[in-house]
Amino acid sequence: MIKFSDRQLKIPQMSRPVYLVTGGNSQFSRAFPEKRTEELCVDSLRMAAGLIGMSMPELKRYIHTAYYGHFADHFGDQLLGEALIHDRLGLDPLGNVGVKTGGATGGSTLWEGLKTVASGYSDCVLCMGWERMDEVPTDEGNHLISCAADKDWETPLGHIYTGYYAVMAQRYWKVFGREEESFRRTMAEIAVKHRNYAVHNPFAHGAKRIKVDDVLASPIVAYPLRALDACLMSVGASCAILADEKTAFELTDSPLRIYIGAGSHTLRVADRRDMEIPLLPHETVEQYTDFGDRFPGGERYPGFTGFLAARMACYYAYRMAGIRDPLEDLDMAELHDAFTISDIQTYEDVGFRPYGEGRDFVESGDCYHTNPHTGQPGRLPTNLSGGLIGCMHAVGATGIMQVVECALQLLNKHAEVHGDPARWRDFGKEKPADWTDLQVKGAKRSLAISHAGVGSHVTATVLIHPDHLLKTD
Amino acid sequence: MAMTKQDSPTVTSDGLRYIPRGAFHRIGKHMPIRNAHGKLVGITNPRDMTYIHSYGGEALYFESLGEGKLYGVRCNNPACEVTGSVFLPFRIFCPDCLERMTPVDLTEVARQTATVHSFVITERSGAFNTLAIPIKFINVEFDGVCTILMSYMPVGEPEIGMRVVPIFKTDVPDYLVTDLAFVPVDTPEAELPVGYAFRE
Repeated sequence: MIKFSDRQLKIPQMSRPVYLVTGGNSQFSRAFPEKRTEELCVDSLRMAAGLIGMSMPELKRYIHTAYYGHFADHFGDQLLGEALIHDRLGLDPLGNVGVKTGGATGGSTLWEGLKTVASGYSDCVLCMGWERMDEVPTDEGNHLISCAADKDWETPLGHIYTGYYAVMAQRYWKVFGREEESFRRTMAEIAVKHRNYAVHNPFAHGAKRIKVDDVLASPIVAYPLRALDACLMSVGASCAILADEKTAFELTDSPLRIYIGAGSHTLRVADRRDMEIPLLPHETVEQYTDFGDRFPGGERYPGFTGFLAARMACYYAYRMAGIRDPLEDLDMAELHDAFTISDIQTYEDVGFRPYGEGRDFVESGDCYHTNPHTGQPGRLPTNLSGGLIGCMHAVGATGIMQVVECALQLLNKHAEVHGDPARWRDFGKEKPADWTDLQVKGAKRSLAISHAGVGSHVTATVLIHPDHLLKTD
Repeated sequence: MAMTKQDSPTVTSDGLRYIPRGAFHRIGKHMPIRNAHGKLVGITNPRDMTYIHSYGGEALYFESLGEGKLYGVRCNNPACEVTGSVFLPFRIFCPDCLERMTPVDLTEVARQTATVHSFVITERSGAFNTLAIPIKFINVEFDGVCTILMSYMPVGEPEIGMRVVPIFKTDVPDYLVTDLAFVPVDTPEAELPVGYAFRE
């Protein structure tokens, strides 16, 4: 649709507050030839239980419903993999449901869990996601991923998802980047930032000490995108436990409030019609009245350059959580950096910068843990985990991993979890001699974006420390 | 295992049933996967399958490409808030009122107005790709059409704003979206890929 009714724009209401109690990640890798999926799932649950000082059996006794995010059945050649994992976790006969929304599967899994607790159906739910992307060779993997496009209208065109996605990047590059070398270097800065942050994350498998010139010298995937502009293809699992207030405080002294908004847009970019920009709380119509003059070729909204689903997810989530200006009200974020350029596009959809001006979020230094221009803390650090480019993209787990990383920041546990020498050893890695604590000091509110394909599904998850809520219930 | 022509599966429809004939699946020999120490860690599962798929109400579009025609659809529902909107890609129902839309022949519109909205050139493809590498993906705008069609450009170098014209695989159609492609205006017929033509 291109016009919304008031009912469709209603801000979602929850019948009772929902909390994120804990979460966990497995190690992530391009392949785990000697581990079954359930071993990775148990690894993530063990971490979640450990963070609140419980054993897995103790934690399991609270779980009433389970949601499992696993996108690509055909990668693992296993339908109803959710039932297998549910059994292997020893959670039968509790009710469980599989969730599949492409790259947004992790976020959507949390969204389902949130609604289940908010409604009162369950007091405590398990939201777990994983992906097994190592059971076919890469070119067959590319074909299987391309099946997430329209199989009649897009898949036969090369069987390569990058081709369906990169046309959006190309348009953004031409219209808003004006094909400037400086813009290309800004894109590369994102890859450098995320791969270098991943150096300090033992869970990550894309850590690389690179510089801008390394990105610019990496092989072209689809011009202007190069290999180091792209996210990883990964295997691994993540989980989170959501609960109502009473249960949450039984399980831990420090649960976090959670709000999630969700949006969607056409599976085929081809079907996107022009419409007015849905405004976030801090935006005005006047900001965009001369948009086409300032950016010739950018007259269409969302066109090929905006992710309407991300805009709508934030439209709902910010108002649910009381966020007025994300740059003022949030302390850190994890965004879905499938490609460096889509990271820039997303800054605009989520309101970190107005449409057309996303590059400034990087160039100002706002997106860094430490602003490289001032040496002071970045205004709104993003993807300190390394994101999809540096940490992982195990599709069903990604959105959960990023929320777990946000939670660790808000709980001031970044160093405890990422700096633990035993964890580095367990993962067969050497902790870097220059390991750096990327804790955002005093972080109380975060945003995580989980995003599918060319923007067919997006969730926006806001976590807030309960002492720093922005609105009353 | 390679499939011989004699084994190629065929399917017909009697309206309410598919009638398959021939070999639709193959199994290969499972092979152990061992690690560097010779220890068993997994197994391969080789097999071939042929899927059967309905084009349903979009069949007209795919049939017409092989006849050198490009069809879109128009919402003619006077009660619809977007009545008169023309869509390409072809879709069966109007996304707003959900009434069945009316097919419209956009072949001439495409010849006169098709323009590259965006493009990308990639050296990569997935398994089963049939297009020549590098693949030049293009997205095409048409006057009077509210959506932007994805296709590819087998001849020439794409640029945003470039005028292009449709070509069709009319010789031996595959009945796939790849039966349609676009080339720069003024491309000589002799430069078209084998099997493609400007007109039937």
